[in-house]
Amino acid sequence: MSESDIAIVLLSAKVASVAIIAALAPAFAVAWVLARGAFPGKGVLQAVVTLPLVLPPVATGYTLLSLFGSNGPLGRFFETVFGLTFAFRWTGAALAAGVMAFPLLVRPIRLSIEAVDQGLEEAARTLGASRIMTFLTVTLPLVVPGVIAGAVLGFAKALGEFGATITFVSNIPGETQTLSLAIYSFMQSPTGDAAARRLIVISVAIAFAAILASEWIAMWFRRRKS
Amino acid sequence: MDRYVVQAEEIVTNVLSVSVSGEAGSFPVEAHFEAGRGITALFGASGAGKTTVLKMIAGTNRPHTGRIVAGGRVLFDRAAGVDLAPSKRQVGFVFQDGRLFPHLSVRRNLDYARWAGRRAAVRPFAEVVALLGLEHHLDRSPDTLSGGERQRVAIGRALLSDPAILILDEPLSSLDHARRGEIMPYLEAIREETSIPILYVSHEIDEIARLADTLVVMTGGKTIAAGPAPQVFGNPNVLPILGRERAGSLIEGIVTAIDAGFGLANVDAEGAALEIPADGLRVGQHVRLRIQANDVAVAATRPEDLSVRNIIRCQIDTISSDAGSPHCSIGLAIGSQRLQARITRKSLVELGLGVGGTVHALLKAVSVERHAMPLLPIPQVGDGTVGPRVR
Repeated sequence: MSESDIAIVLLSAKVASVAIIAALAPAFAVAWVLARGAFPGKGVLQAVVTLPLVLPPVATGYTLLSLFGSNGPLGRFFETVFGLTFAFRWTGAALAAGVMAFPLLVRPIRLSIEAVDQGLEEAARTLGASRIMTFLTVTLPLVVPGVIAGAVLGFAKALGEFGATITFVSNIPGETQTLSLAIYSFMQSPTGDAAARRLIVISVAIAFAAILASEWIAMWFRRRKS
Repeated sequence: MDRYVVQAEEIVTNVLSVSVSGEAGSFPVEAHFEAGRGITALFGASGAGKTTVLKMIAGTNRPHTGRIVAGGRVLFDRAAGVDLAPSKRQVGFVFQDGRLFPHLSVRRNLDYARWAGRRAAVRPFAEVVALLGLEHHLDRSPDTLSGGERQRVAIGRALLSDPAILILDEPLSSLDHARRGEIMPYLEAIREETSIPILYVSHEIDEIARLADTLVVMTGGKTIAAGPAPQVFGNPNVLPILGRERAGSLIEGIVTAIDAGFGLANVDAEGAALEIPADGLRVGQHVRLRIQANDVAVAATRPEDLSVRNIIRCQIDTISSDAGSPHCSIGLAIGSQRLQARITRKSLVELGLGVGGTVHALLKAVSVERHAMPLLPIPQVGDGTVGPRVR
């Protein structure tokens, strides 16, 4: 592994981690509303959340570019209010990865919230627990396995995101060139075959480790339960 | 513990007072009853509205109108605008399915109300654990417990939440027959060792005959009778709901003498002398006898030379029969209590029996099922349809 390989892996890890950490809270909120809420337009919300999963990634990337680009309305808003630029920056790559991973985060969390027996929450209330305490001591611990499953799935998706990223923030080495973008670039160059192969081996290793980690976490939860 | 003793003395009669109307879905539910110390059974078929009444007391179903007072605290009062949150009601609820928190150990489940509900540690943890025999299960996960153990933990968890009242919603219904027998002594122990009023919901007449001090009967979303269990058992309007065949009568009395030679005990039930098997009874003890209507025969004149030990002279105060049925039920007054006898209509006619007439009730000593009852010193008055309590 060369120094530039390590830099690419670290950048990818940074982009994917930031994407998932930032997306986790909104994903939980949306999953909660979809699982427990009853309101008109719930179907529309469900559709909007699922959209990045079915839309061509290039279309998602283009939409992000027009909204969060230097001249996009949200892009300008974040620039002036928070001093945060997305266009052609690693933050933009993280945003693209987060948006693409969002439906994969929401689904397992939603399923695990739906699986929580609300009778347990009722029991906690009769034992004197406030709503917040009930959430923290009963609901949340029971939902954690779903959150972890969602996070692992989302992280894997974020790590490999290609289409939306390259459309939104281009392919800039050291800034937005994540693992899949780098493999693509090396494949375009006549002398890049060896480097591409190296990065593919690294990708396989990372994917393998992620799957093992998620299995191990799931097993740990099962064992702790029984 | 001391605090409860003081409370019991201050609140002389009613520890639980419910008068509410509301609905479950679109099904109207109305309940009116008062209960004192000990176990109050709420009886009714499934769908009679029992669970809705419990939810109203626990605060998870809001009645349209009415008032609920438990342990001297107003939990709900529509007119005064009082509606305490479920977490503030101090209602110890034992659910049908236990509802133990699967991610917490037995110990963490038991003291949940203390660490998550900030409830006062009135009752020592070790005392409740010992009362329910849970010493060896504290570090186990709820998933590994048997059905009976799980319900014991649920009862302990509710007891440790410093409850003003304990509500048990068919706690034995998920258990097989052997497990039920295993739990009942614990419930009796709670009645004797704490002064927390217990509201016990069941559609099992056997459990109620054994446990209930006060009995409230619900049908079609309404409470139709409430009062001391023996009187409600003797209420002819309630009999069809309790089950004419199986209900029988509850007669309470005091053991006056023991005949050790023959193993018999004499029981005085408001002046009527009864002789029953003595095993385990002591002089002065209160007993509740459960007598099946099929085991009681009647004679117009006092018969002689019979093996039957109990011949009680009493007055007929009710006669009820279903049209077309060969049988009829007659109610025989024993003080304020009522003994039910089931005879054929033909016997009724041939003996010329009618309400107000005097007969001799015949009762074999061997057919009496008995339960030793703890002494509950507070007299109760029912809903007016039944007389004062005999204790």
